[in-house]
Amino acid sequence: MPKQDSLQGSLDLLVLKILSRRPHLHGYAIMAAIHEMSNEVLRVEEGSLYPALHRMEEVGWIRAQWITKESGRRARIYELTAAGKKQLAAEESRWEAVTSAVNHILRTV
Amino acid sequence: MSVWSRIVNVIRSDRLSREIDEEIQSHIQEAIEQGRDPSEARRAFGNTLRKSEESRRIKLIPWLDGLRSDATFGWRRLRKNKVTTAAAILSLALAIGACTSAFRLIDAILLRPLPVKTPELLYGLARNGAGPDGTPRLDDGWEYPDFALMRAAVKDQAELIAVSHAERVDLTYQSDAEMEKAYVQYVSGWMFDTFGIKPALGRLLSEDDDLEPGKHAYAVLSYDYWTRRFAKDPKVVGRTFTLGKDVYEIIGVTDGPFTGTEPGTVVDVYVPSMMNPFAVIDNATWHRTLAMLKPGAPIEHLRAKLNATSRAFEEERAKGFKEMPKASIDRFLDQTLVLEPAAAGASGLQTEYRRSLWALAVLVALVLLIACANVANLMTAQAASRAREMALRVSIGAGRWRLLQLVLIESALLAGFASAIGALFAWWSAPFVVSRINPPEYPVRLILSADWRVVGFGLALTFIVMLLFGLAPALRASAVNPISALKGGEDPHSRRRLMHALIAAQVAFCFLVLFVAGLFVTTFERLSNRPLGFTPDRLLVLNTVAQRGLSPVVWDQAADRLRTVAGVEKVALADGPLPHGSGQIGFISINDQPPGPVLASFLSVTPGWVDTMQIRFVAGRDFRPDDTSPGVAIVNETFVKQFFDGINPIGKTFGRGRGSSEIVGVVNDLPPDDLRKPTRPVVYRPFHSLNLDGSLRPVNEETFMVRTTAADPRVVATALRQEIEQSGLGLRVANITTQIEIIQSLTVRERLLAILASFFAVVALVLAGVGLYGVLHYSVLQRRREIGIRIALGARIGDIASRVTLSIYAMVLVGAAAGLAFGMMSTRYVDSLFYEVKSTDFGMMAIPSVTILIVALLAALVPVTRASRTDPAKTLRSE
Repeated sequence: MPKQDSLQGSLDLLVLKILSRRPHLHGYAIMAAIHEMSNEVLRVEEGSLYPALHRMEEVGWIRAQWITKESGRRARIYELTAAGKKQLAAEESRWEAVTSAVNHILRTV
Repeated sequence: MSVWSRIVNVIRSDRLSREIDEEIQSHIQEAIEQGRDPSEARRAFGNTLRKSEESRRIKLIPWLDGLRSDATFGWRRLRKNKVTTAAAILSLALAIGACTSAFRLIDAILLRPLPVKTPELLYGLARNGAGPDGTPRLDDGWEYPDFALMRAAVKDQAELIAVSHAERVDLTYQSDAEMEKAYVQYVSGWMFDTFGIKPALGRLLSEDDDLEPGKHAYAVLSYDYWTRRFAKDPKVVGRTFTLGKDVYEIIGVTDGPFTGTEPGTVVDVYVPSMMNPFAVIDNATWHRTLAMLKPGAPIEHLRAKLNATSRAFEEERAKGFKEMPKASIDRFLDQTLVLEPAAAGASGLQTEYRRSLWALAVLVALVLLIACANVANLMTAQAASRAREMALRVSIGAGRWRLLQLVLIESALLAGFASAIGALFAWWSAPFVVSRINPPEYPVRLILSADWRVVGFGLALTFIVMLLFGLAPALRASAVNPISALKGGEDPHSRRRLMHALIAAQVAFCFLVLFVAGLFVTTFERLSNRPLGFTPDRLLVLNTVAQRGLSPVVWDQAADRLRTVAGVEKVALADGPLPHGSGQIGFISINDQPPGPVLASFLSVTPGWVDTMQIRFVAGRDFRPDDTSPGVAIVNETFVKQFFDGINPIGKTFGRGRGSSEIVGVVNDLPPDDLRKPTRPVVYRPFHSLNLDGSLRPVNEETFMVRTTAADPRVVATALRQEIEQSGLGLRVANITTQIEIIQSLTVRERLLAILASFFAVVALVLAGVGLYGVLHYSVLQRRREIGIRIALGARIGDIASRVTLSIYAMVLVGAAAGLAFGMMSTRYVDSLFYEVKSTDFGMMAIPSVTILIVALLAALVPVTRASRTDPAKTLRSE
């Protein structure tokens, strides 16, 4: 399993947050949403998104289902589970704690 | 949940891969639909293979997935070599099945703890010393008055329990006409409470039900009997039955699997020990004594206390031994009490079969080892053909563990299939063997449950077997050196060395099995061929009982009526059938001297009995109808040798107790009921026996010996039974057997051992032969090139044959020698099972040696022929 570094952590947070606002997105749409909502600042490395999604699916934060699009192509869409909502709250507060601590340092030094 | 879904994903891993790939492709398609450049979108995604592998690893358990794919691969390989796989699985299955079966028997008879509270604190009391004839013995029979004293003496350290030997006796629920057999056991009333057994119905016996002799006619049924006989009828409590002269009331049914303390006998009815008429007699040893120790009780202290109490009792009792010579009394008193662990109960079946079962277990274990060696050789040979494949795997990065796993999985598959078939075999064969231990009067009933003990044993065995035959080839295969293997030049000798060592081991084990089987078969033959001294053919044995004691004259009338039945040639009466045991024994005094230490046994017979049994008179005459006992007697030849120095004793007298008798005849010797023992002196007394006041002594139970005209004596059985029952004399036939059956029942154990050992000997021989064939075949294949060159250079067939076989025959010799050495060392543990045969007999060693040699020659025939037909042009061209 890949290491859970800080970047990985923020990817989880972003994906969970996006899915909490807009459920039933497929991988590409999630990636596009992150890009768009960050005012085109953040760009997820496309290949890394899927192992992250699958890992979160495996631990039960999100669940997936297959849908068939009008074009006839199948797509796998994701939504948050109850455990995912809890995790999101935890991640959010952790993120806030970290950023406020970092901000504090930036301001005081 | 997560672990579970990952295990599921392992099983459907193909579908998983497809879905991951589809999702990734869908992403790229989406990107293209959004207007991105296809090649740019692909590049932006990165290495799809690596990403999908990463996802796979997240979604399933990687090692389990590896295991699965190895198993699939192994299964495919096994299916490719159908014949060898089937042979390997079948031979292993047979061996594993036999082992499991042996374990089931050993567990049920010797190991399984009784279903009672704290079985580990249960001990059996026995006396270690010399029997009346001076031979060492361990006696577990006790007198009840002695038991009562011992129980009181150790009350604070242990609870003593008396249990009689469960006997198959007649009881009646309604009228006399409806007698039936049931296993009845006299037990201490407090047994159930001590064992923690609860009633399923009514109440169980208690201490209060076992206080006064003959006063507590209450009975408890076992759950098993209640189910079989009464179909769990709850109204059974309160019903009565007649047993002997007492009418018993059923007060309850035991709960749970408890069926008595004697493995091999399932008790139907428990009655209080105080109801046994022997309970008040000082001289009757009729029950076992079990001790349930209190936790923490010091065992040696307890033993010493019991020993002292029992010895005091016996010393008091010995003062009444008027006829017994002093030396015998001293020997009798010089016994030490021992406590033997009885967690698994205590029974005659245990004593009789303990050694036999362990001997059989060793035999089946050897067969299993032979089968394992076979499969190991097979796998080693296959590993040779896989060297390139293994080398390739190493080259593309497979680790040693992964290769080990690959080969071991194949072994596990083989072992798993073999165990499944073996389990079926054991399921059938264990009850089959029990049904063979079946003397007509006391069929063995054994609880053979397939619980976690058996399953655990089976699983452990499978695992061990897998390691035994799989580990060495797997280690070897995984240690492949890719460079030399891919060049095709791996050292073939190292592999051959392993195979040769296995061949030597196989032959050694096979020799051992053949050797021991030969000893068992010879023992059985010699025992069954021991001269009987009478003719058992066409003899029917009618064990007959009277409700009350009847005058011998009435019994004579019954015999007369039987003589009128068509198909009957001769009829006589005796205390019991032949060969007779040590029912009545006593010391003999000659010329009013004090009696010597040698015991004689006694049998009462009617005039004509000697003739009916076709026993030969050596001297003198038969009894006359008016002969009585004491008065006259017939003795056997051993008696004459023992007491009259072999000089004709006709007209001389001997004394026994208060009476003395004149010897009127001498007959030939008959073996005793233990065929291994020498004949003892026997006195035949007239059936008409006198009380002290000169009146005829009434008789309760007697045996009619009927010689029939038909070859099968059973054809007149029904007519004889009817004749007795319609005679109105108050007699009833309790049991009918043929004399042949009785003779056969004497060698049940020996027959069983001989049959099973022969069976395993044949299996061992076939397996070893197949193994030899395989190795020879492989070595011919491997040396094809060399043989081709030799033939091209003009080598003769004999030369080729000796080159191919010599080293392997050397291994056979080494193996046989090792087997012989093992055999000589091990047989002393089972010597007591043999009769008139020694492990050092020349014939006993020669037979297995010759057999193995023949098998080795046969096994070499095909490979050698093939080698000699090698076409040098063809083999050399193919290289």
